[in-house]
This record gives sequence, structure tokens and C-alpha cells, in this order.
Amino acid sequence: MVALEIGWGTTLAIKTLVVVMVIPLGALILGYTFLLKMMSHMQSRLGPMDPGGFHGWFQLVGDGIKFLQKEDIMPADADKKVFAMAPVVVVLSTFLVFAVIPMGPDLVVVNLDVGIFYALAVSSLSVIGILMAGWSSANKFALLGALRAAAQLIAYELPLLLAVIGVAIQAGTLNLQDIVLAQQNGGIFGWDVIGNPYILTQFVGFGLFMIAAQAELSQTPFDMPVAESELVSGYMVEYTGFRFLFFFIGEFGTAFAFAAIAATLFLGGWAIPGVTGDLANILGPLVLFAKLMAVAFLMFWVRFTYPRLREDQLQALAWKVLIPIGLVNILVTGILKVTL
Amino acid sequence: MSTTDTTASGASDFAIDPASMRHLAEARVNVELDTGDMVLNLGPQHPATHGTFRLVVRLDGERVISADPVIGYMHRGYEKITEFRTYPQVTTLINRIDWLSSFANEVPFVAAAEKLMDVEAPPRAQYIRTILTELSRIATFLLFLGEMGLQVGALTPAFYGFRDREHILNLIESATGGRFHPNFNRIGGLKDDLPWGWLAECRSTMQIVFDACDTFENLVLGNEIFAARCKGIGIIPPELGAAYGVSGSNLRASGVDWDLRRDGDPYLVYSELDFKVWTHSDGDSFARYWVRLQETRESARMVLQCLDAIPAGPIMTKVPLIIKVPKGEIWVETENPLGQMGYYVVSKGGTGPFRVKIRSASFSNVSILPWLLQGVYVPDVITILASLYFILGDIDR
Repeated sequence: MVALEIGWGTTLAIKTLVVVMVIPLGALILGYTFLLKMMSHMQSRLGPMDPGGFHGWFQLVGDGIKFLQKEDIMPADADKKVFAMAPVVVVLSTFLVFAVIPMGPDLVVVNLDVGIFYALAVSSLSVIGILMAGWSSANKFALLGALRAAAQLIAYELPLLLAVIGVAIQAGTLNLQDIVLAQQNGGIFGWDVIGNPYILTQFVGFGLFMIAAQAELSQTPFDMPVAESELVSGYMVEYTGFRFLFFFIGEFGTAFAFAAIAATLFLGGWAIPGVTGDLANILGPLVLFAKLMAVAFLMFWVRFTYPRLREDQLQALAWKVLIPIGLVNILVTGILKVTL
Repeated sequence: MSTTDTTASGASDFAIDPASMRHLAEARVNVELDTGDMVLNLGPQHPATHGTFRLVVRLDGERVISADPVIGYMHRGYEKITEFRTYPQVTTLINRIDWLSSFANEVPFVAAAEKLMDVEAPPRAQYIRTILTELSRIATFLLFLGEMGLQVGALTPAFYGFRDREHILNLIESATGGRFHPNFNRIGGLKDDLPWGWLAECRSTMQIVFDACDTFENLVLGNEIFAARCKGIGIIPPELGAAYGVSGSNLRASGVDWDLRRDGDPYLVYSELDFKVWTHSDGDSFARYWVRLQETRESARMVLQCLDAIPAGPIMTKVPLIIKVPKGEIWVETENPLGQMGYYVVSKGGTGPFRVKIRSASFSNVSILPWLLQGVYVPDVITILASLYFILGDIDR
């Protein structure tokens, strides 16, 4: 352990700074890497090349500055207070998720015993923000988008939870830090060279989690709430300037948070085999970042490739396919946990 | 005491009996639960209409009760303007009707003038016209194949569509000088011969088209979500489609084996080519995509056949310097990328037409929309609009 004593005030300040910084930074990184560069290359174009000198890395920062300069337009019929609050609610839920994700043996903002439960609970707060945005915009497209988002959330919280329950059963805890440790110290049928990243034993759960997360983030193939070609931009349609920027940060920040949760639950989080103690504290954030980028790559790959499902088809998929599979997964995990 | 009395008596005066209270409460509940229809304006500016086309949709939740297309935002009055232009000038105008396949628009009008004048373009010109018509069909359909993916939510195919169409546009540009609006037809032939090396270039580009078709078949047509979104959506029954005047690939996707290149008055060199008319029995959006994909390949094969058979020789017959079309009336129709396109030209013997009636495919194709859109969901509206594939200039002229 580090022989370094830090007062609680300093600790609190550092923790707050981490949570406040990590989401916009994560949103920027994901937005740049995947939205601007990966998508461009998949679509046989270059994307932004000039801003900042190297492959347009400064583009999103410039966009952010541009958004701040834009006129703040509010529809005449809008419910002003709700309209102004909605983007904040959306972004807030993203910030709250990041408080429980461990980045090293000692690097966790709040080590909650119900960590994963808390993370999933606060992440669904964002739909309240979306409903607020859709209702207060006084726009029919926005309203349709918001209602779709609400319907989608009800359908997709369940598979998401069922996927996580498998992991919780196997790890025997809801604490994210302990889940990581269980993966690091575990083994598959006695073979424990690389520990037991749950993607190997909970691959069904991983698939479910990724599909449900895609719906939760309203990314293609489940992006009906925004649906550019139908609802123009769904609940965001009336937002301009920095309020739109909030939604943008919320969108990619949530993707960042969910990729981090997936990496923690299924890929072993900050842990790499054979690294413990202080070294893990230093390497941990980098390892987690690498893993979450791999997960995010999967998410965005699907996003840029697939068409969009219809709302009723999404409901059918959730209730008729994903939830039964999730229940069977829990059953099998439970039986194996007890018998082995 | 007295005040209490007054209050009591006052209260009894205005007392509402419980029955009517309940009635009022129920009325209130009913008002609150009343789900009225919502009128949604899709357009005039909407990404799915690719142009200024407005669709007034009455919705119950997400289900469409009725849909009214409002057209005419792009009416430029070409039928009237042609009356004040000479015949060679008209081709410039009609280039802009269906702007994605401009060359194909010129062909029937020039054919009408040629027939009235009783001149015929030399064989080489006929072959070049056929090649360019099929190239513009490929360009239009490649865009459709990508665009349809975009409308159902997949971003990437659209870029592939634009990218691969670019090769075709480059070919058209190098031959005619215009990427979108070639204005290359002359009455009695063509403006220029093909540039040196163009035929070899065209032959290699056809391979790109085949590859692009394979890409779209794998990326879009083979995708389960795409199939789920398009199968059974927007079914046009063959009789009803024909009654509404739907034509082209939209009608062939309903199983009607009718192609003016084969069945109509012989024009260009289609009678010398060996090609298959693709039909599909389903008549839904998926079938329309499938038929267009096959037709793109078929067009590329036809271009290759033309490249093999193209003769040497002049590209222009002898026509007078100032073109005067003898008195008469004629109706010429051709199979354009979007469907049946026809010109009814009335000549009084002057340098310009006396009256021109333009029958454009998209106008009739969208006329079926009110019937087709009843009872579908909002996302299906977009799928149907995209799969019918209309061009705004072609609707409004």
C-alpha cells in the first residue's frame, strides 16, 4: 500500500474532479474515435482531418466551443423550466453511474455494496430527462420520440438486469469491486491462469447485456427515439447550442459508462493477470480504458452497420426472445453455482 | 349563528345532487382519457422525402389513420415552358425532370421529334444512347440501393451508394461533359462521339457495378433487420397498382411482367439485346428493393452487350440547320428508371412544339400513397416512401 496519507477533503475533491472530468472526456474520446474516425473509415471517407493537426483530433472540442456560441432557442410553446432541466437530468444520470466503477484496487469513488444495482438504477433516470425533453418541446416529433424512449426503457431494463443477475450469482456479490476481484482470483474448472473473466462463462449474459445496452443507449438497431430518417431527431429536435451539447455528452458519456460497466462485469475490469498491489493501481485505469474501448468498438460497429428495428419488433424481441433467454441463463448459472 | 345559517342555506341552494356529480366526474375522466388523432406534417422539409414533398398524416398513436400527399412545391411548369422553346432547347429543360437520370428523360422527347420528322439516328448513335440510358439507370438505382438503407436506419449503405454511383457519373461526364444534366441528345443523333478509351473504361466500371450489387445484397438485402422492416410492408396488389398507374420496378415487384423496353414500341437497340425482365411476386418494399437490385445487374449486363456490339460509323444523320417539325401529333413512351415516361407532342409545323404533355412516372407512383399508407406505423411510412422511390422533380415537373 502507498504510504501516503491524504485527508478526506482532498480525497473528496479528487473524486469529484474524476467524476466530473471523466464523462465529458470519455464522451469526447468515444465521439472522436468512433463517431468521427471509425465511422468515416467504415464508410470509405476520411472524416475531419484538419483541426488540431493530427487527423482532426480537435474537431469535437471545436464543435463544443461552437455549440457554446450558438443562440439558445426555446420554442414559444415550450414548458420553459422543464425544457431547460431535461438535458441536465440526462447528463446527471450519466455522472452518477460513474461514481461506482472501480478503476484499480483502491481507485473507486464510492465502494457501494449494491454497486451494480445502483449503477443500473441511476442509468435509467435518463429516460425521465428524455420524457421531459419530449413533452416540454411542444413538438410532435419530439413527443413521439420521447414516448418511444419510455416504451423502450421498460422493455430493456429487464434483459439488462437478467444479464447482470447471472454475473452477480457467479460472483456472489453486487459490489463492483468484489466482482472484479472474483474474476481476478477465480478460475474455470480449476484453471486459473487468467482468472475467470465472466465473458468466458457468462457469454450468454454478455450477449444479452450488449443488446440491451444498445437499446438503453438508443443506438442502432434500437435508435427509434432519435430515428433521424423518421422523427428527424426525436426528443432532441428542438434543442440547440449548449443544451444540445448536453444531450451529445449524455449520449456518448452513457455509452462510455455502459462500456465501462460491461468491461467491469465481463472482461475483468481493471484486473490483468499477475498484476497486484500498487502496480495494479497505476495500470488499472489504463487496463479498464483499453477494455472499455474494445467493448465500445463492438457497440459502435453494430451501430454503424445495422438498420433500425420498428418499435413493436423491438418489444417482441425483448419479451419473446431476450427475457426467456435471460431467465434460462439465470437458471443454468444458479444450478452450476450450487452443484460445482 | 346567523352566518352559519346563511352559509348552510346557501350551500343547500347550490348543492349538486350526487348523481350529476358522478356524471360530471365521469365526463371529466373521459375528457382526460380522450386520445384524439394527431396530425403530423411529414415535410415539406423532412429527411425522408428527399425534396419538398409534404405528407399530412393523421395518427392514432403511431398508427396512420390517413395520409394525404401534398405535391406541387417544385412545380416549374415545364409543359408550358416547352411551348416557348425550340425543339433543341427543350432537351435542356427536360433534363431537370428526373434529375437523377437526366439522359433517360431526353430519349423519349428526341425520339418523338425524330419520328415526327421521319429521321432516324445512325446505329452508333442508337447504341451510345442505349449505353448512356442504362448507365443513368444504374446511377439512379445505385443511389436507391444505398438510400433505402439510410431510410430504414442503416447509415453506411448510403455512402457506398454515393461512392459507387460516382464511377458511373464520371463515365457520363467524360462522354457528355455533364455529370447530372448531359443535354447530349440532338435530333438525329448525338452531340459528340465517345472519347478515346471510353469503351474500355466503361467495361471495367461495370465490374465495379457488379461488385457494388454484391455488397448491397450482403449488407442490406441479406440483413435480418432489413427483411423484418420491409417484408410485408406496403404491399401493392398488381391490379390496384396498374389501376393507379404505378409503373416500372414498383409494378414489376408486384409480379406484373411488363417492361416497355421489351413490350413497348421498339426504341433504341433494346430489341437486339438479350435481357431478362425481373419480377417478384410479393409486391412489398422488400420485393421492390430486390427487383431494383436485379435490374441494376441486368442493366450492367446490357451495357456490356452494347459495348461488344457497338458499330463504327457516324453519330449524326443529316438534319436541317434550323429544325422544323412537320405538323402532327405523337405519343412516345419509354421505360425510365422510375417507370413509364412519356411525351405527347403536338406540332403545328413550327420550330418549337405547340403542346407537350409529360407523363412522368413518380406522379403516378405516389398517387397510390393514400391507399398504401392506411393503417401502417410511422416507421413503415418512411420505408414505403423510400421503396416507392420517387424524385420530386419527376412528380411536380
